[in-house]
Amino acid sequence: MRLPVAIAAVLALAVAGLWALTAPGRLPAGSLAGLAGDAARGELVFWAGGCASCHAAEGARDAARLVLSGGRRLPSAFGTFVAPNISPHPEAGIGGWSLEDFAAAMILGVSPEGEHYYPAFPYTSYVRATPQDIADLWAFLQTLPPDATPSAPHEIGFPFSIRRALGLWKLLYAGDGGFVLAEAATPEIERGRYLAEALGHCGECHTPRNALGGLETARWLAGAPNPAGPGTIPNITPARLTWSQADIAAYLRTGFTPEFDTAGGHMAEVVRNLANLPEADLAAIAAYLKAVPPAE
Amino acid sequence: MTWNSRLLAAAAAGALGLAGAAVAQSAVDAAVKARKAHMQLYAFNLGVLGGMAKGEIAYDAGRAAEAAGNIAALASLSQAGYWPEGSAQGQVEGSRALPALWTNGDDVMAKAKAFQEAVTALAAAAGTDLAALQGAIGPVGQACGACHESYRAPE
Repeated sequence: MRLPVAIAAVLALAVAGLWALTAPGRLPAGSLAGLAGDAARGELVFWAGGCASCHAAEGARDAARLVLSGGRRLPSAFGTFVAPNISPHPEAGIGGWSLEDFAAAMILGVSPEGEHYYPAFPYTSYVRATPQDIADLWAFLQTLPPDATPSAPHEIGFPFSIRRALGLWKLLYAGDGGFVLAEAATPEIERGRYLAEALGHCGECHTPRNALGGLETARWLAGAPNPAGPGTIPNITPARLTWSQADIAAYLRTGFTPEFDTAGGHMAEVVRNLANLPEADLAAIAAYLKAVPPAE
Repeated sequence: MTWNSRLLAAAAAGALGLAGAAVAQSAVDAAVKARKAHMQLYAFNLGVLGGMAKGEIAYDAGRAAEAAGNIAALASLSQAGYWPEGSAQGQVEGSRALPALWTNGDDVMAKAKAFQEAVTALAAAAGTDLAALQGAIGPVGQACGACHESYRAPE
C-alpha cells in the first residue's frame, strides 16, 4: 500500500511542478509606471511592427489596413492560426484592455484572462521592444476604427491545442529580450537591430525552426521553408543577400529588387508597412542585415 | 493477332502517347519561357527609370520617355498565350505561378487593369521631369507587387 502512495505523491508533485512551470507570467509591478503613450510615435511602431500584415483583413489596402478586424489565416506545421480582432471595439476587439493588459500580451504572450498566446503572435520578438514603444503603440491603436467582426478560433489539433503546454515551450524558446546579434558596432546597426529583431520580427519567417517550432538562432535569418506552401523564405544573411545597403533600403521602401523584379508573397505586405518609415530607419535595417553573421 | 504483334501494337501506342505528351510539355515550357522573357523586358526598362529615380544615373527626359513607352507597349500585348493550363508551380520546371492564378479570373483581370493604368500614367510622366518620374514609378512597383503577392510562390 505504501509504494503506490509514494508513487502517487511523486506524480502529484511532478504535476504540480509542471503546472507551476507552465503558469502564464505577469509583468513586474510598476514596470509601466509613469509611461504616457504618444499616438503619433506609435504609428511608426505600428508600421515597423507589421501589425496590419496579420490583423487587417486579407487583401485590405490603404485606409482599410487600419481596420484590425483580424481573420487572416496563417498555416503552419501545427495547424492554421487565425489572427484575432485587435481593433478598439469593446467586445470584438481589445477596446476593454488596459495598457498593462496590452504590454503583457506583447511582452509575455499572455492574455488578460491569463492564457498563453500561440507564438504565431510574435511576442518572442516583441519581448525586445522598449516599454515606451509599447505605450506609444497602445496609444496609436486607440485611434483606429472599432470593428465588430468576432475573432475566429484557431484550427489547431491535439496536442497543440493545450494552451497550458505553451508555458513549457516558452521556457525553452521564448527568449528573455536579449538580441541575437549581441554586439552592434554602430548606432545605425543598433537601430536596425532593434527594428529587425524586436519590432519587424524578420526572424520569425527568415530563420529556420526546429521540430517544436523554436527558432534555430545559430542559423539566424538563414532562410526557411515557406509555411504557406512550396518554396523557401530566402536567406537574408550576407552569405546570400549581397545587395548594397542602399539597394536593400530601396527594396524595403519600393519593393523593387536591384534587378527590378518586385517583392512577392508576404514580403509585399512587409514593404507596404515599411514604406511608412523614415528613410534613416530603412537604411538602419539594411546596415543591420549587412552586419549579421553570414550563414548558409 | 499474335501475342507478339499485340505487344508491338501496345508499345507503338505507348510511344505515340509519349510523343504527344512531349509535344504538349514543350509548348508549356515555351510559354513559361515567353512569359519570363516578357517580365525581363519590363525589368530592363524599369532598370533605366529606377536608376534615374534613385539618382544612380542622370535623368534624361528622352531616355526616360523611351523606357516608359516600351513598358506601356509591352503591357498592351495580349498575354493570354503565356499562361496555358498545366503551367503552374509543380506542374512544370521553373514555374512559380500559383494555381489560384487560373481560378481567380476577376481578381487577376482587376490587377492587370490596375497595372495598365499605372504604366499609362508612368508613360505620360516619365519624360516630364525627374519628380514626375519618381512619383509615377512607385504605383507601377505596387501594381507589379500586387500580382506577385497573390499569385507567385517564393523560390
